[in-house]
Amino acid sequence: MREQILAIIEKNSRINIKELAVILGADELTIANELKAMEEEGVICGYHTMIDWEKTSIEKVTALIEVRITPQRGQGYDNIAERIYKYPEVNSVYLISGGYDLLVTLEGKSLKAVSSFVSDKLSTLDGVLSTATHFILKKYKDHGTILTKKYEDTREKVTP
Amino acid sequence: MRNPLADKVVTIKPSGIRKFFDIVSEMKDAISLGVGEPDFDTPWHIRDEGIYSLEKGRTFYTSNSGLKELKVEITNYIKRTQGISYDADHEVIVTVGGSEAIDIALRAMINEGEEVLIPQPSYVSYEPCAILANAKPVIIELKEENEFRLTAQELRDAITDKTKILILPFPNNPTGAIMEKEDLEAIAEVIREKDIFVISDEIYSELTYKEKHVSIASLPGMQERTVLINGFSKAYAMTGWRLGYACAPKEIMEQMVKIHQFAIMCAPTTSQYAAVEALKNGDDDVAMMRESYNQRRRFLMHAFEEMRLKCFEPYGAFYVFPCIKEFGMTSEEFANRLLEEEKVAVVPGTAFGDCGEGFLRISYAYSLENLKIALDKINAFVTRLRAEK
Repeated sequence: MREQILAIIEKNSRINIKELAVILGADELTIANELKAMEEEGVICGYHTMIDWEKTSIEKVTALIEVRITPQRGQGYDNIAERIYKYPEVNSVYLISGGYDLLVTLEGKSLKAVSSFVSDKLSTLDGVLSTATHFILKKYKDHGTILTKKYEDTREKVTP
Repeated sequence: MRNPLADKVVTIKPSGIRKFFDIVSEMKDAISLGVGEPDFDTPWHIRDEGIYSLEKGRTFYTSNSGLKELKVEITNYIKRTQGISYDADHEVIVTVGGSEAIDIALRAMINEGEEVLIPQPSYVSYEPCAILANAKPVIIELKEENEFRLTAQELRDAITDKTKILILPFPNNPTGAIMEKEDLEAIAEVIREKDIFVISDEIYSELTYKEKHVSIASLPGMQERTVLINGFSKAYAMTGWRLGYACAPKEIMEQMVKIHQFAIMCAPTTSQYAAVEALKNGDDDVAMMRESYNQRRRFLMHAFEEMRLKCFEPYGAFYVFPCIKEFGMTSEEFANRLLEEEKVAVVPGTAFGDCGEGFLRISYAYSLENLKIALDKINAFVTRLRAEK
């Protein structure tokens, strides 16, 4: 049941409990309890809205930053990761296997804001060896949703 | 000038759906629940294989009965889903959709005047194909009280000494009815006793919402008297690729291949390469789509319950078949008025046989958002009709 609920609300967090109960063939109380339990356990961490900022007049710049760091004794990467993720302009921080250690995504008002964050804040942190900043030019698909094209029903209207 | 036409063809009625299609197509803003195909795109990895096959220049005929690799995958698939074995070299044919398979199976097996039993409501092509094959179609009218399943008694009552074939269309379009194993066992007993054959159209076999589909060919003594028909259209959302298949005993298959090789040559090559990928790696896609249809099915059943519209619970395909007899009008009147007044298109049950009178086929191959809007409109319409009375 959990898996089914999550699969649905991952795509549509606005669906209400009654509707979830109908389409999953369960009663509302079960659904409500599961949702509550998952929120408490931190399985469900939030209900966000996907926004294509490109289509608004609001300027936003997103960057992916590869960060190489020296792990600290006893702390590994966690300490530095924490120092990074505490910045509100940081969107996500992932520990990555491969050529670098942390992948940081960052949102800023302008190129300049992002670059100054990287040069002033990020690269000066103790333990940060190097950074490589990639600016996102266009989002084709995000969170499983294609942003560049709208779904269009091209089927014939009535078929046997 | 002489009459250029064949009398037999002239007497065949054009599909009842066609008429309705013409009206709906004129209305730009109509919401349609009238489509008999999935709303999903073909999964990308399958399309990609099709594209790849074109890039590699695989643009030639395949052997008449289909790519060997595909036929082997088909037999593997039937083995793992139904537990029965077919010989990929002699008992499988890849066809242009399930529709072609129905046509060539009938033509391969019928002598003039022999009777073909066609349970209705059912897909629109069985009766005309039977007529074109010089058979005499005999309709078995399925009943709502049996959830539109075929009972052994109904079958027995329809059999004469001319009966040769039963067409078994389950999971069913348009009713959404299924036949479970016990239902099939009862039917199979009559078939063996009366020594007739079955053309089992299982195109919706992956779309069942109760238990897994059972093929009548998997029952004792039935594989040798069954032509099993299936395809890629519904399970993998591949309607436009036009690809189906049939499995049958060698003796029947040899004759089917003959008709196919002269009429069709071979099924589209690109589609065949894509289909190999579908059977090899498509199980997850099918499961995802099935779950999605099931959610919509529950949504529709709930909506009908709330508007007190009588509807048996269907466990197959992607259709519901609600009853509108309480309104005292024909299916066609109801559908026409619903279209005019609320701009929602549904298909009158009569498009699938006379005994579809009093019912509508509503397809749930649409997004939930779409269904919600349409069902609100149907609710408003039904409420208004009740107030009129």
